[in-house]
Amino acid sequence: MTAVADRRTRLRAAEGTGLRAAEGTVTMAAALNQALADALAADGTVLVFGEDVGTLGGVFRVTDGLAARFGEARVFDTPLAESGIVGTAIGMAMNGLRPVVEMQFDAFAYPAFEQIISHLAKLRNRTRGRVTLPVTIRIPYGGGIGGVEHHSDSSEAYYAHTAGLRVVTPGIPGDAYTLLRQAIESPDPVIFLEPKRRYWAKETTAPGRDHAALDHAALDHAALDHAALDRAVVRRPGSDVTLIAYGAMTGTALEAAEAAGQEGRSVEVIDLRSLSPFDDETVAASVRRTGRAVVVHEASRFCGYGAEVAARVTEQCFHYLEAPVLRVAGLDIPYPPPHLEEYYLPSVDRILDAIDRLQWQETRSDAEAGR
Amino acid sequence: MASMTVAPEISRHSWSLALLPSDTPLALLDADGQAVPGGELDMPADGVLLELHRRMVLGRRFDTQATALTKQGRLAVYPSARGQEAAEIGAVLALRAQDWLFPTYRDSMAMVSRGLDPAEVLTLLRGDWHCGYDPHEHRVAPQCTPLATSAPHAVGVAHAARLKNEDAVALAMLGDGATSEGDTHVALNFAAVWKAPVVFFVQNNGYAISVPLAKQTAAPSLAHKGIGYGIPAMLVDGNDAAAVYAAVRRAVTSAATGGGPVLIEALTYRVEPHTNADDATRYRTAEEVAHWVARDPLIRIRRFLTARGLLGEQAIAALDAEAEVAAAALRERMNAETAHDPAELFRHVYAEPTPALRAQEAQLAWELAASEESVR
Repeated sequence: MTAVADRRTRLRAAEGTGLRAAEGTVTMAAALNQALADALAADGTVLVFGEDVGTLGGVFRVTDGLAARFGEARVFDTPLAESGIVGTAIGMAMNGLRPVVEMQFDAFAYPAFEQIISHLAKLRNRTRGRVTLPVTIRIPYGGGIGGVEHHSDSSEAYYAHTAGLRVVTPGIPGDAYTLLRQAIESPDPVIFLEPKRRYWAKETTAPGRDHAALDHAALDHAALDHAALDRAVVRRPGSDVTLIAYGAMTGTALEAAEAAGQEGRSVEVIDLRSLSPFDDETVAASVRRTGRAVVVHEASRFCGYGAEVAARVTEQCFHYLEAPVLRVAGLDIPYPPPHLEEYYLPSVDRILDAIDRLQWQETRSDAEAGR
Repeated sequence: MASMTVAPEISRHSWSLALLPSDTPLALLDADGQAVPGGELDMPADGVLLELHRRMVLGRRFDTQATALTKQGRLAVYPSARGQEAAEIGAVLALRAQDWLFPTYRDSMAMVSRGLDPAEVLTLLRGDWHCGYDPHEHRVAPQCTPLATSAPHAVGVAHAARLKNEDAVALAMLGDGATSEGDTHVALNFAAVWKAPVVFFVQNNGYAISVPLAKQTAAPSLAHKGIGYGIPAMLVDGNDAAAVYAAVRRAVTSAATGGGPVLIEALTYRVEPHTNADDATRYRTAEEVAHWVARDPLIRIRRFLTARGLLGEQAIAALDAEAEVAAAALRERMNAETAHDPAELFRHVYAEPTPALRAQEAQLAWELAASEESVR
């Protein structure tokens, strides 16, 4: 198939989802849909299953059209039990298939937690590498969509804490495509966290820039081959401070960087993409250059992913740091109801405030005087 | 604007009382080793009965040897299946080479009978590694410690076999306690909806560690749980190796030919404590144990075979000698020290070790070198 034909196919699929953004762009949901379609087409062992992913196309329409195109044997609805979805996916992978399963919402994945932690993550190690489980678990996660309770959790730390799992989360549509393709091709189990508030975003980047307005050419397989599943990316270069973000917060961090730039501060934004393993190299190189770092995530701060990032940055960059590594995170409360979630979610202003607190002029005597 | 309300059509699956288990356990041999007349199950051929007996002798000797090894500190722990030989061996012998076995921690005997190297089976309980064998070689999944969690794996393996047009059935072993776990329900339901070729084999040995069945379920029997999922179920005398073999064989044949999953409850008894670390006198009487010891599954099949002239003293003596040789060989291997490589801790976590794991491996190697240095 020619590149042009490929592009037409992709465009048709994107149109089918009703999630297409402006001409020449795709949404994250459409990019994910395309990644699933391309993976199903490329590899006959790939299966897609979960709750409502067949006829309906998923509650977020990420699997739209796949059952019709690839058949009910490869794209299908399951009974409503997440431990069953992951548990049977483990068995199918043991028997040579490559399942991609959907947990409908972050907090609804918890019934599968035992299967994920005790078996999916451990079977390779348990069997000295004899059992390989190439299973991808897609989980729409995070808040900001006005969802009622149990629809807005950021559960990444639970998974990232578990050896044997890869944990990946895209910040922009182009990454959504390439990372999902790579996750499916990975011999390791991958927890693929999809920032659901960015599903429909035509733009996830700073005003005036157009990262999310993804050109279809970016979906080329060349891009797939060259990107690495476990590498962070400098999303915006800067010299004064490094913002370390991922998932939905990538967009917020880029907006903050733009605003800070107007105030005269040059902010570098790193999109981690892979939460486990962690790309120490990219992060440390950036912080050593800028001397200051702020970690941004939506999950609660206490024992959150940012604690690990701050510790690693401190361990590796201590003598380069001009200020403590700060965290901008969700509040240490259960995720709030929709009408109150704006108070919980890290905002551009909170990020700018944190940047301001990075001891730009402070001296030891200032600190001692309480100024 | 008026609109017609059309009631959605609720689809119902046809069912029949045939899904229910029998009132009394299916049996071919009674407790005295006499053939039960008019049984619903087909008596296995003489050759099969002899092989069941042989493997039960070997299985029991393996089991007593493993328990002895815990007392010598050669095994960290061992959950014995003594008294359950008919269920363990009957189920495994009924499987075909292409079928999969999903054992629990109590099913070491079944795994050895399946052909696994006993030393590799005991790798887990010895504490050398979490699983000592290649699950693909004999189609035996790693022994599962968290209860019932491997049952959905069995469904997945079986469903994948169907998707790939392979003729393979998965047998998921469960205990009575495990039937209270959510994953048992989940696995039964998924298997039924998908018509997956799975045999759920529940060994009801009376206790989940110390908790008796009466505190585990209010169901008339564990086999009665099948009908709720649309799964046909059989209740079988689990100390009758012939009946267990015949029931599992029938279930495997049915599952392999598109009949969907089958649930079997085998009534048996755990003669030994839960493990060597358990004190069973705290929750059951010596009289109860003695009652079940008298219903020994090995004696039962032996009496039947002897009465029919299929088994003589000499053959039994030869079999005992074979079992002793195997036990001695196992003892010798378990008494030998295993070499452990700390670097292996990092090797199998991911397909390729991450940079962070490589750093930790180097750190551990440095620590080990430093401590060797200080010893010198």
